[in-house]
Amino acid sequence: MTATQVTPHRTALYHEHLKAGAKMVDFAGWEMPIEYTGIRKEHEAVRNSAGLFDLSHMGEVYVRGVSALDYLQSLFSNDLSKIEVGKAQYGCMCNQQGRVLDDMIIYRMADQYLVVMNASNREKILAWMNEHLREGVELDDQSMATSLIAIQGPRSQVFLQSLVDFDLETIPYYGFHHGKVGGVAGLVARTGYTGEDGFELYLPWDEASSVWQQLLAMDGVEAIGLGARDTLRLESGYALYGHELSEDITPLDASLGWVTKLEKEFVGRDALKSYKEKGIQRCLVGLEMDGRSIPREGYPLHVDGRQVGTVTSGTFSPTLKRGIALGSVETAFRAVGTEISVEVRGRYEKARVTRLPFVKGSVRRV
Amino acid sequence: MIPDNLKYTEEHEWVRLDGDVAEIGITHFAQDQLGDIVFVELPGVGSKLESGKRFGVVESVKTVSELYAPIDGEVVESNALLSQDSESFDPEAVNREPYGSGWMLKVRVADPSQIEQLMDAKGYAAHTEGS
Repeated sequence: MTATQVTPHRTALYHEHLKAGAKMVDFAGWEMPIEYTGIRKEHEAVRNSAGLFDLSHMGEVYVRGVSALDYLQSLFSNDLSKIEVGKAQYGCMCNQQGRVLDDMIIYRMADQYLVVMNASNREKILAWMNEHLREGVELDDQSMATSLIAIQGPRSQVFLQSLVDFDLETIPYYGFHHGKVGGVAGLVARTGYTGEDGFELYLPWDEASSVWQQLLAMDGVEAIGLGARDTLRLESGYALYGHELSEDITPLDASLGWVTKLEKEFVGRDALKSYKEKGIQRCLVGLEMDGRSIPREGYPLHVDGRQVGTVTSGTFSPTLKRGIALGSVETAFRAVGTEISVEVRGRYEKARVTRLPFVKGSVRRV
Repeated sequence: MIPDNLKYTEEHEWVRLDGDVAEIGITHFAQDQLGDIVFVELPGVGSKLESGKRFGVVESVKTVSELYAPIDGEVVESNALLSQDSESFDPEAVNREPYGSGWMLKVRVADPSQIEQLMDAKGYAAHTEGS
């Protein structure tokens, strides 16, 4: 957030949230719903049926021009040449030192690319992209003209299908399609952040309310706040910028080697390559508590009386009904089953390294 | 949602006096602000509370909040529903019935005049207004 920005932004769905009785909070300079009926209830709605999320605070920047691919390839950790038109890819942008500036999804269209980034990093990434701008590339920031609604949950396709005139089954995981949703032209992508099957709908700012209302009117669709969004992504083992990712660490330290393609050229690649050759120091692990204590961000992690890491995100898991965490630990302690103590208010509480995701949802793999 | 017969603190705890024992809990307003409560940590029987000092924590799915003692006293009982070792562990009782089954501690009161100094229902209603 910039220092000059006094009042937070409001999305086009702000009044819908108030109507639905949401508790609103300031999030990355935006007034967003944290919860409506309660985190546990909302969480269960997404795991069992379908939930609706307002993600309009996120940044959307289009990249066009003859050099668009080369340009994005030079900034992005993943390899966009590996995906075809109509598909999206997850990855990071890093600084020269190979530290993470942001994580993002890039959608490849016939004549342009859409870069979707975290709200908290939008200005930083825009400045970074402008700084590296080259001949044959044009940037078009549509963040304030684009509403983003996600519908997530095992039944989301059934609900969304009734509002579109094309077969959603033809959209694969991380694929997308341009079409009308409830009469509104937009982009429908099978992407998400919950571990469940579902879609993200990129819509014109002013027309999003109508789509939101049509979906929310369906029996089995609930509005979901940022609180449950966090518990859902944590159960799925997904990293969140500002917690698992930051300018203090490399994607390799956050177990994002799978989206860090060191055989191609991009800003930070050389630093990452030499770091990898020397040996990656840290990694991200999932931790499940033995008892009822709840691990929280910043709690120290110990093995044999020595600190070996820190909790990056922790919560009560509504599905597992116990405390879970993502933690950054020395790589020697990454094996599933490793016992690690979480320091909770001066006490050492037993936890175990667990396979991620904690909860396997309905998300498609193809 | 603010019972007339209780006393209140600025930190959203309530106190119910019965003889020389005071029952302590958090208010409806507090549980509503916290959301789904999933963990409570309380001092054991025999522990001493000191007015204004931290005596435990209450955790919702999202956050950890500290509990502050409304009065001085000695713990004579803590709510078994909130004990993490209890078979009947049910911290959501605090959400459902903050003034009833969701009570937290029973404390032998050291100085009854401390209770008189707490807010009454009217004062607490004014305290939470606008927040």
